[in-house]
Amino acid sequence: MLLLPCPHCGLRDEPEFSFGGEPAIRPVPASAVDDATWADYVYLRSNEKGPHREVWCHSGGCGQWFVLTRDTATHAVITP
Amino acid sequence: MRLPTGGRIDRSKPLRFTWDGRAMTGYAGDSIASALLANGVRIVARSFKYHRPRGIWGAGVDEPNAVVDVVWQGQHDPNARATLVPLRDGMAVRGVNAFPNVAFDVFGAIDLFHRFLPAGFYYKTFKWPNWQRFEPRIRAMAGLGRVGTLRDTRAYETRHAKCDLLIIGGGPAGLAALRAAGAGGVSVILADDQPELGGSLLTDPAEIDGVDGAAWAASVAGQGRVLSRTTVFGAYDDGSYGLLQLRDHAPEGWGTARLWVVRAAKVIFATGSIERPLVFPDNDRPGIMSANAVRRFLHGQAVLPGRTVIVATNNDSAYATAHALAAAGASVLVADARGEPGPVAAGLRVLPATVPLATGGRRGLAWVDLGPQDGARRERVPADLLAVSGGWSPAVHLFSQGGGTLRWDEALAAFLPDGGETVAGSITGAADLATCLAQGHAAGLAAAGGGDLTAPRTAPAPAPGKILPVWQIHPSAGRQWVDLQNDVTAKDVGLAALEGYRSVEHLKRYTTLGMATDQGKTSNVNGLALLAAATGRGIAEVGTTKFRPPFTPVPLAALAGSRHGRLVAPLRELPAHDDHLALGADMRDYGGWARPGCYQHIGETVIAAIAREAENARLRLGLFDGSSLGKIEVQGADAAAFLNLMYYNEVANLRPGRLRYCLLLRETGVVFDDGVVARLAADRYLLSPSSSHTAGVLAMLQAWHQTEYPTMQVAFHDVTAAWATFAVSGPRARALMEQLGSTVDVSEAALPHMAMAEGTLHGLPCRMARVSFTGDTSYEISVPSSYATAVWRHLLDLGAPLGMMPYGIETLSVLRAEKGYILIGTDTDGMTLPVDLGLEGPLRTKRVDFVGKRSLLTPDATRADRRQFVGLLPDDPDNVPAVGSHTVTGQCGARRSLGWITSACMSPLLKRSIALGMIEGGRARTGETVEIFHLGGITRATICAPVFVDPAGERLHG
Repeated sequence: MLLLPCPHCGLRDEPEFSFGGEPAIRPVPASAVDDATWADYVYLRSNEKGPHREVWCHSGGCGQWFVLTRDTATHAVITP
Repeated sequence: MRLPTGGRIDRSKPLRFTWDGRAMTGYAGDSIASALLANGVRIVARSFKYHRPRGIWGAGVDEPNAVVDVVWQGQHDPNARATLVPLRDGMAVRGVNAFPNVAFDVFGAIDLFHRFLPAGFYYKTFKWPNWQRFEPRIRAMAGLGRVGTLRDTRAYETRHAKCDLLIIGGGPAGLAALRAAGAGGVSVILADDQPELGGSLLTDPAEIDGVDGAAWAASVAGQGRVLSRTTVFGAYDDGSYGLLQLRDHAPEGWGTARLWVVRAAKVIFATGSIERPLVFPDNDRPGIMSANAVRRFLHGQAVLPGRTVIVATNNDSAYATAHALAAAGASVLVADARGEPGPVAAGLRVLPATVPLATGGRRGLAWVDLGPQDGARRERVPADLLAVSGGWSPAVHLFSQGGGTLRWDEALAAFLPDGGETVAGSITGAADLATCLAQGHAAGLAAAGGGDLTAPRTAPAPAPGKILPVWQIHPSAGRQWVDLQNDVTAKDVGLAALEGYRSVEHLKRYTTLGMATDQGKTSNVNGLALLAAATGRGIAEVGTTKFRPPFTPVPLAALAGSRHGRLVAPLRELPAHDDHLALGADMRDYGGWARPGCYQHIGETVIAAIAREAENARLRLGLFDGSSLGKIEVQGADAAAFLNLMYYNEVANLRPGRLRYCLLLRETGVVFDDGVVARLAADRYLLSPSSSHTAGVLAMLQAWHQTEYPTMQVAFHDVTAAWATFAVSGPRARALMEQLGSTVDVSEAALPHMAMAEGTLHGLPCRMARVSFTGDTSYEISVPSSYATAVWRHLLDLGAPLGMMPYGIETLSVLRAEKGYILIGTDTDGMTLPVDLGLEGPLRTKRVDFVGKRSLLTPDATRADRRQFVGLLPDDPDNVPAVGSHTVTGQCGARRSLGWITSACMSPLLKRSIALGMIEGGRARTGETVEIFHLGGITRATICAPVFVDPAGERLHG
């Protein structure tokens, strides 16, 4: 059970959070990119073993979405 | 047998129990295992695969054989480990995996065919004609306990705790740590799996700080929170641990197992070590026991498991057992694999450089052949107990689960933890009490951040002699057992290596070594050492398999806690719930809400009720409780602009007081939800997502606002529970509304279809919306939910003279199907785009970059042959096609699906069957006949527009 650092509430237990996966930058304007680039944004994620950038939401608390980097092999939170 | 004196048992409290129906007696302080041994029971189990008779090997968590069925005071455990269950008065204990019983098991004949049943036999045999023919019978012959048929309806408690320090293990090292850390003022939890604290102090005489070891243990217990009969079964992330606490009794309705979830800033693993068996021919005979376990039973429960004893060892530790047995009056002979046993052997008969070469005895051990490892000579010695020690394996399971690394120590022949001050006691390889106490003390001080308490004092012990690793004896003779619970032999390990399974993880899966309920506690190291020898590698290079929780079996009920039955997914109730029940509603789970399917009159079938309600709503007047429908208020200067970026449809140009049916898409373009968007004011909207998607829609809006459009001024509020909503629908709807007595002008001009207004109803705030899911003139009345019942009853009273009847969701589903109104998730799936539903307008006209828009412009989204939403009229008007059945083209062998039926029912108005579906290129196929394939049969239907009643929609404006 991970201990995650909510920017508002501090370290809280994992069940208080919802996982949002690996974020991607939305192409703006979307009409300017070709189908392949858009598909990468919608579907493709790097899914590294090791340091992994991801978004979490403190849905059982303040509702804040935040980014952190977590090592997917050791589960250690690298940077809040 | 039981000795007349001694042991930590209460002889004034005899306990009666039964073993396979035979009445026996034990004492308070016995485990089931010690009580069976005291009563002379030798065969306690039959092995998993070959049904060989097995006896008790160990005294604790390491026991591989003695899995028994225990019934006591209405509690039933089909797979109890006899060494871990304290004996209680009235217990009924039975052996498992045998017929008629473990003493005389007819399936023992299977062992005659063992040559055909080596490890992995099911990959090679029983394949023709069909493995499935053999599998049920094979599975029936191999197993453990039988699961009871009674449902466990008890709830199980889950406790959460935080502490500065978690100490795992209540032996001398753990207790020394508790003493030091507790004095340092940190909060400590200590977990120990035995009923009484002390570990080895309970069985080996010792003096600590001048008092008896067991007494010292009891005195230390007050330094922290001690959980006895509590196993730490898992080490998880960030210092979180799972613990299983057992107790005899629990309050009514509660189970006796309690789950603890502990978050510890620091941990000390004082988990001890587990004695390894020696591997030699016929080493599984009942009467062969761990030397340490023999001593635990002897000193703990005054049980002497044999009178003519051979102690076979390759290290010093078994000599304590040899001396203890001799003192208890047994005849003892020690067979030491080492050429020079050392000073520990003084006073005993010892055969140096001698190992067991074979054992015999029909119903338990009767003799042992002793001789040198090469088998050059052998001497048959009678014995009824063979106490074995092949060395010690530190119990590093939890330490490794927590990420700790191990290293193989050649001198100790053990995997030791690289744990620094997080490990203390025999887990580090320490063999004597003084070292264990010192390590525990140091670890406890370190965890407390220092202190000047002195370590507990005990007499120092002489340096132990070295161990001579003996991994296998006389490789070619007889079956030498490695994993007793899963019946894996040394030959199986060789077979795995021969077939290319060289990795220790492959060895485990191929032979099932270490996969039984004891998880290889006595077999893993022996197994990987044999693999090392078979593959010409060192043991360090082979390594261990990955350690995973749980350390010991945990009941699923304990993990579920109170989340079972109705509490797994608690249903939400409508505010007028009781009124619906009183009206005979058939309440069911719809999207997490308890809602009326229909309101059955007495003696009416569900189908008849639906037909009655639908016909009445269509021709006269119906009342529907729509309180579960989502209501999300969106406010702010940028509310309009933000929602326009979210929704598929144009919402920024909606006039205050107007509603629009809108779709919400995912970024993939797929329809996520549909609902009505109402504009209350320039900066205020009210969204109506479907009941089951409300939380998801709110989460989506908040996520997009925070992560993509954080500068927009907009706020969201879920008011679903604050309002009750009732729909009044049918040709007489306006007649009822005019009598309602609200301040809202309900004339057609003031409140046309897709408009809304706010006002009061008898002083209550109310919102009136003209929106229809039935296709008839419909008003949705929303009032504060605490007045739901009053308003519901008021509406029924007003409606009675107009022929009003309440109708449920099933009825609504029929009415909307007649109109072709979609249900998300029923008529749509994870691939449906707006264009498939015939809703292309916004894609062409809406300029802003709303969620999912770009995905609607891809080649796949603009394909001409996409499945499209259409209606179907079955050729047989009484045939309601099965939802999910496919429309097909082509003949057998070349049959292809064109799509499927998504909704189907009998139309009460048309008195025939109707269906809706998603068909490839459906809109261009109007008038075509298609074949519907279902369960091997074909029926036919004609494709039509997805609307069967009032295509022009005139009834909406009645």
